[in-house]
Amino acid sequence: MGLAIEVKGLYKRYGSHEVLKGMDLSVAEGGVFALLGPNGAGKTTFIHILAGLLRADRGIVRVAGYDVTMEKLRVKMSISLTGQFAAVDDMLTGTENLRMLGRLNGLSAAQAAARATELISQFDLEAAGGKRVGTYSGGMRRRLDLASSLIVPRPIVFLDEPTTGLDTRSRRSLWDSIQALASQGITVILTTQYLEEADQLADRIAVIHEGRIVASGTPAELKARIGEEVIELLNEEGEVSHTLTTDGTITSIQDQLLMLAQQAPPNARVRLRSPSMDDVFLALTESADSNSNKEAKRA
Amino acid sequence: MTKPAYEGKQPSFFTTNAEFIVRSIRHSLRNVETMIMAIVLPVMLMLLFTYVFGGAIDTSGNYVNYVVPGIILLCAGFGSSSTAVDVASDMKNGIIDRFRTLPIHSWCLMTGHVTASLLRNLLATGIVILAALLVGFTPHADVWEWLAALGIISLFILAITWLYAAIGLVAGSPAAASGYGFALLFLPYLSSAFVATDTMPSWLQGVAEHQPITPVIETIRSLLLGGAADEHAWFAIGWCLLILIGAVIWCTWLYNRRAGRR
Ligand SMILES: Nc1ncnc2c1ncn2[C@@H]1O[C@H](COP(=O)(O)OP(=O)(O)OP(=O)(O)O)[C@@H](O)[C@H]1O
Ligand SMILES: [Mg+2]
Repeated sequence: MGLAIEVKGLYKRYGSHEVLKGMDLSVAEGGVFALLGPNGAGKTTFIHILAGLLRADRGIVRVAGYDVTMEKLRVKMSISLTGQFAAVDDMLTGTENLRMLGRLNGLSAAQAAARATELISQFDLEAAGGKRVGTYSGGMRRRLDLASSLIVPRPIVFLDEPTTGLDTRSRRSLWDSIQALASQGITVILTTQYLEEADQLADRIAVIHEGRIVASGTPAELKARIGEEVIELLNEEGEVSHTLTTDGTITSIQDQLLMLAQQAPPNARVRLRSPSMDDVFLALTESADSNSNKEAKRA
Repeated sequence: MTKPAYEGKQPSFFTTNAEFIVRSIRHSLRNVETMIMAIVLPVMLMLLFTYVFGGAIDTSGNYVNYVVPGIILLCAGFGSSSTAVDVASDMKNGIIDRFRTLPIHSWCLMTGHVTASLLRNLLATGIVILAALLVGFTPHADVWEWLAALGIISLFILAITWLYAAIGLVAGSPAAASGYGFALLFLPYLSSAFVATDTMPSWLQGVAEHQPITPVIETIRSLLLGGAADEHAWFAIGWCLLILIGAVIWCTWLYNRRAGRR
């Protein structure tokens, strides 16, 4: 199997603000790959460079085996992009949007019309297909947006925060659509801020922090590095005063609670929750820092 | 991969342009307020100039004949100005990113906006001329003169629309685009559109006589009302072509620079 994405030494800055500082990443063909990172980490910047919308300052970027600056047309024919903000035409109806994009993807008028009808029903938009997109809800726009990316099959699909702003039900159904894509052999590259989402969907995850990939691996590998359930100790005002990570087993949670019971006042309250992005980051960046400290000491 | 039912390929240059033109026409038709303003405002101005100021400016009572060519250009300028807003909105919206990842020359987006503007403005011009005929406009022109006038008007609309398209690319937002565009709308007032230039102070005469709108107006005037178009026509065509070519080059340059950054 070849590589869907191959990035070496990628740098990108906006003015004096360096966003990507030497990214290296290889993604094999097939499956779902999640790029995890907080606000401003450079996820959108990275996706835009992969999709040929932005130019890298330095580095090698190959998508589907093609160089993004030298072989633009081949890259375009290999990808589709659903951006972070819905890229739909508010003044047109849902069906008109899809037909136009069908034609612009090289379908005949009849094919474009047939494909639009198919996608409208596949994405549950029958009732709204003839209405202007300006009147759609956020979830409907998002579904139309995704449908717009799937008009013709492309081997690589980029989804930039596809579920942000969706309710639980729409999120689940979008997850199903994403899994369906992967099962057709399409490589899905998505970005997200939610560990849970990456965990549910992705075969492999990379975490981006301060312009570099700080960790990558399967969801299980990453979770092993940060633990499973997190215990939060609350103070009198009900605010979190301390957090402890566990591996999710009764033994581990019990151990931590016993330790807390000795230190905290007896009427203090605790709460159990899944690890958040913050925990992942704290864990990953701490270990990245301590690794580099060790290396510094060794040197 | 399973065998795809729909195979994507690069659409022809013709299809790309046709799709963008249809898109922009739909936008124009659905932007009812803008459309109505583009027609109503020039008609109101014409009535204002004919009935309110006309008597004071030209006591012979024939002012409507003098003012119609100017109103047509004012109408064209006004109607084209929304192109700046349309272009700026597209650049601000995520849809530009979608177009740029398609296997097309996404620059054709601009052709769509410009063509829609041309059609919109020709319709508005037609309505203004009809309204003018109702309030006493008496043109003396044969079919060829009408066609020539229409040609000059179309050339002017194209030139100014491309200019507005470039303004839309320069502006950071649709609101800014609308603001910058407004400034251009004052040019017709500083020309021979409403009063003969020899009634102006001499420094203003210099401006009015040497700006592009005056020869265009004089050409339309002589085509529709009789009289020799002579050198005005060449100046008019020259100016329009100069603006047109300059604006298209400017647009292309700006588009390539701007499209990647939102
Ligand atoms: N056009 C631009 N000009 C200047 N700075 C920019 C531009 N686009 C992004 N940035 C900056 O680059 C950094 C990375 O932005 P980017 O949009 O890639 O982050 P992100 O990971 O997608 O964040 P989010 O989760 O909020 O979408 C941010 O600090 C942002 O302010
Ligand atoms: Mg982003």
